[in-house]
Amino acid sequence: MNDAQLAIDVRGLVKAFDGHPVVNGIDIQMPKGQVWGFLGPNGSGKTTTIRMICGLLKPTAGTGLFLGHDIITEAEIIKRSTGYMTQKFSFWADLSIRQNLEFVARLYNQPNTRVLVDETLDALGLTHRQNQLAGALSGGWKQRLALAAVTMHRPQLLLLDEPTAGVDPQARRDFWDQIHRFSDQGMTILVSTHYMDEAERCDQIVYLAHGELITQGTVKDVISQSGLKTFKGSGPQVRQMATWLKGQAGIEHVAYFGNALHVSSTDPAALAAAIQRSAQQAADIKWQAVEPSLEDTFIALMAQSGADQRTHG
Amino acid sequence: MSTPHTTQWSHCSSRINAILRKEFIQMFRDRMTFAMMLAIPLMQLMLFGFAINTDPKHLPTAVYAEDNSPLVRSIIRGLSVSEYYHITHRSSSPQENSDLLARGDVAFAVHVPAGFSDQLIKGLRPPLLIEADASDPSASSNAIGRIQDIINQALRHDLTGPLQHLATSPGPVSVIVHPRYNPEGKSQYNIVPGLLGVILTMTLVMITSMAMTREAETGTLENLLAMPARPIEVMLGKILPYVVIGGVQTGVVLLAAHHVFAVPFIGPLPDLLLGVMLFIVTNLALGFTFSTLARTQMQAMQLTFFFFLPSILLSGFMFPFRGMPGWAQAIGEVLPLTHFLRIIRGIMLKGTDLMDHQPDLLALLAFTTVIGLIAITRYKQTLD
Repeated sequence: MNDAQLAIDVRGLVKAFDGHPVVNGIDIQMPKGQVWGFLGPNGSGKTTTIRMICGLLKPTAGTGLFLGHDIITEAEIIKRSTGYMTQKFSFWADLSIRQNLEFVARLYNQPNTRVLVDETLDALGLTHRQNQLAGALSGGWKQRLALAAVTMHRPQLLLLDEPTAGVDPQARRDFWDQIHRFSDQGMTILVSTHYMDEAERCDQIVYLAHGELITQGTVKDVISQSGLKTFKGSGPQVRQMATWLKGQAGIEHVAYFGNALHVSSTDPAALAAAIQRSAQQAADIKWQAVEPSLEDTFIALMAQSGADQRTHG
Repeated sequence: MSTPHTTQWSHCSSRINAILRKEFIQMFRDRMTFAMMLAIPLMQLMLFGFAINTDPKHLPTAVYAEDNSPLVRSIIRGLSVSEYYHITHRSSSPQENSDLLARGDVAFAVHVPAGFSDQLIKGLRPPLLIEADASDPSASSNAIGRIQDIINQALRHDLTGPLQHLATSPGPVSVIVHPRYNPEGKSQYNIVPGLLGVILTMTLVMITSMAMTREAETGTLENLLAMPARPIEVMLGKILPYVVIGGVQTGVVLLAAHHVFAVPFIGPLPDLLLGVMLFIVTNLALGFTFSTLARTQMQAMQLTFFFFLPSILLSGFMFPFRGMPGWAQAIGEVLPLTHFLRIIRGIMLKGTDLMDHQPDLLALLAFTTVIGLIAITRYKQTLD
């Protein structure tokens, strides 16, 4: 890909806190105008990477360009054309909704602040509540206000750190509709999330674990690259079966889906053998080979990437 | 055997124990708070125990002697020996004496008139004029109270033989003391102007010390830093509102000083306001620096208190500056309040102008510059 078409181009990015690496050599080349999902277990380095891209943390090593600007020396320029929505609500709880928006609009030197804020409030559907304190909003409304605030200046890059955590399904759907509208307008968007359905809405996903990039690509690519095979079993005795299967050689992942079981492995021969042996344990379970879900894939990836090191966010 | 009652008690004590352990863990976790809890009592011990002295001695004194006979030299030696007076200046005119007193370079100015010795020997009880800086009545009163005795004592060895009769009561010299700037010795004349400095120090340093810590504690700092605002812009934006607050406080105190306490105001008002403005900026810059050093609002409060305590005790606000030992005066010279007190008391009570207070102005400017630079370097544009 031509470098000029890249929105984000980071190479060998490292961030260590007190000598302990949290991000350990990440390369990301993200084209303009796409929506990418940032996935990985807690403590995998997603937030730290996002903070380095928008100039909130200085990388310990590595280089990074955002639209051709150096993320270390030109953080000021980058901040002007970036919108960053933090994981925790970080607007001023003791300012009203309107005052928060006005403050942000002025910090980004937006002309006609009043008109811009009026339009934003209208689009949000918050015009009649504009004088309420931001701290009094419910979780879902806080998210919407935050998204509106960080996009008022029409940034070229939008960084969203778990924007929909703890938000109800309807609000999440509305949120994603909005994100795709921004994408249609040419905004480049990087979203970190733990939700599989959200990951499936992205053009590409990047999977991090222990500060390293484990895999990336479209959802389809990631599933097929994992080499994972999955069998779905259903029948009356799936619970006992699950316990038995977990102890079998080559079985990497067993999960319930209602009354059904998903049994996955990257070793197809071992998987087939285990399924065959299972018939001796409980003959009345029906087995069929299925396409692994993204969740199956991630749980397998998580298991492969080793011990849980959930210490940093 | 455990009764229900003893079981209840043992549950209760185990819960108290759990909370107590948690409190200790948290106490040690915040090292700064812990250090402050030890440092503040130590500082109070040092300051109250060693630095504060309500009987100031070795007060700087200027002498203008138009007569330099052995008798006059005995008097001057007697003043030095008394420990209350320390001859620091030899003036060449009465005007120089007055200037030294007005600028605060000396606490006393002695004038020995021409023909002093001749009149003394003739038994005419010549006048010895002593101008005292009485703007702080407590600083000068002991020295003034002892002056007649000191002079009688000083002349005892000279007044022997035929002159012995002069040494008897009422004494050989008529000491005339002029308490300048606050002839009635009203302590509020000294305290009310000083209070303006104390109020500005306390409120402004405390409020601005929360400036960044509050953003950090509520999580809004991450948002603020992600937006395109430069450190100097954030600093100025956070400081300027309190310049207005400081201005209002100044207005209130000055009006009360005039209308309620009838404190004299002899010097030029614009000079005073300029000095106040500089002092307000100094305090705000200091508060902002504290807010870049502290990690929590609690720590910011502690830093403010840690600074406020010596400011009150060592600046000359509560206790005479010259009564303190050298090391305490040296600390006092670093504190902005010390210099501000000299400026405001000088202008209001003595009628000086800013030109008379150049060293204090320079000290305030230097302090503000250094503190401002520390604030700018300490201000982090990242979350590192």
